[in-house]
This record gives sequence, C-alpha cells and structure tokens, in this order.
Amino acid sequence: MLMFGITVATGCVSVALLLTLWRLARGPGVCDRILALDLLSMLVAALLIVLGIATRTGSAFDAALVVALLGFVGTVALARFAERGRVGGD
Amino acid sequence: MAPVLEVVATLLLVTGGAFLLIGAIGVARFPDVLTRMHAAGLAGTLGIGALLLASMLVFAAEGHEPGVRELAIVLCIVLVAPVASLCIARAARRRGE
Repeated sequence: MLMFGITVATGCVSVALLLTLWRLARGPGVCDRILALDLLSMLVAALLIVLGIATRTGSAFDAALVVALLGFVGTVALARFAERGRVGGD
Repeated sequence: MAPVLEVVATLLLVTGGAFLLIGAIGVARFPDVLTRMHAAGLAGTLGIGALLLASMLVFAAEGHEPGVRELAIVLCIVLVAPVASLCIARAARRRGE
C-alpha cells in the first residue's frame, strides 16, 4: 500500500521535473529560467524526501534540506543579477 | 505499521506528488512570468509539505526518532519560498518581462 504511494509520488515528481526542464530550455525570458531553476531545486528536494521514505534513511532528509536551501540562495543571487547586473553592492 | 496510518500516508504521498505535478504543468502552460510564479510557489510549498507530513507519519508509526528534520525542512521552505518569489517578481517587473 505504501509502496503504491511511493511509486505514484516518484512518477508525478519525475514528470514534473521533465515539464520544468522543458520550461528551463524554452525560456523565453531570463526570469522564466530562474523560476524554472527554483522549481527544479524544490522538485529534487521532493524526490530526495520520497527516497528517504522508501529506503527509511534519515540522511536523505538532510540532503533535501541542503538542496532546498542552496536552490534558494541561487535563485536570489540569479534574480538580483538579472535585476541590476551585479549580485552584491550598495 | 497500522493499516489506517498506512492509508493516510499513501494518500498524503499521492497528494504531494499531484500538487507538484500540477504546479509543473502550470509552469509549463501559463502565459507569462507572474502566472507561472503563482503556480510554482503555491504548488511547491504545498506538495513538499504533504510529502514531509507523510514521512513524519511513516517514521513515527514505525517507532523511529521524532521528525525534527522534517519540521526544519518545512519551516525553511515556508520561510524561504516567498522571498525567492519576491526576488523573481521584482526582477521580472524591473526588466519589463
């Protein structure tokens, strides 16, 4: 029963990854690509969580936390760079 | 683990996967940046929340340690997702996309 849920969740997240990758390749603007990267990091974190449930390993959740936080930092840096041409400053 | 808890955990897993899939469909299909951001932000937060609730249920029902990690992930994502959305929205507005 639980295995069915894990299979469905893995399939859904995999199709979602493909759709988001399509948006990342397609664009059309820079902001669309940044948004797609943000969603990609969330989807990878979700896939790691499902992996952690399936194999009962707690360290997968640590990996999911790291992926989610690094994705956030990357999103903010890319968005600021797209906005004003540099990341830090003033 | 008890059958009732297993059914609830399965439902949460399916719900989380469905939320993430619907969000990605929205990102692929909606016409401009702001509508895509709406789909990605809501669906991402809710989908990961449901998956983490399922994992808390599974780990608690099987007698592992209480899920502090899951709570930390939920807290981080709930705090962090609106900030990322704000940055993307501001960049889109200033660039006129």
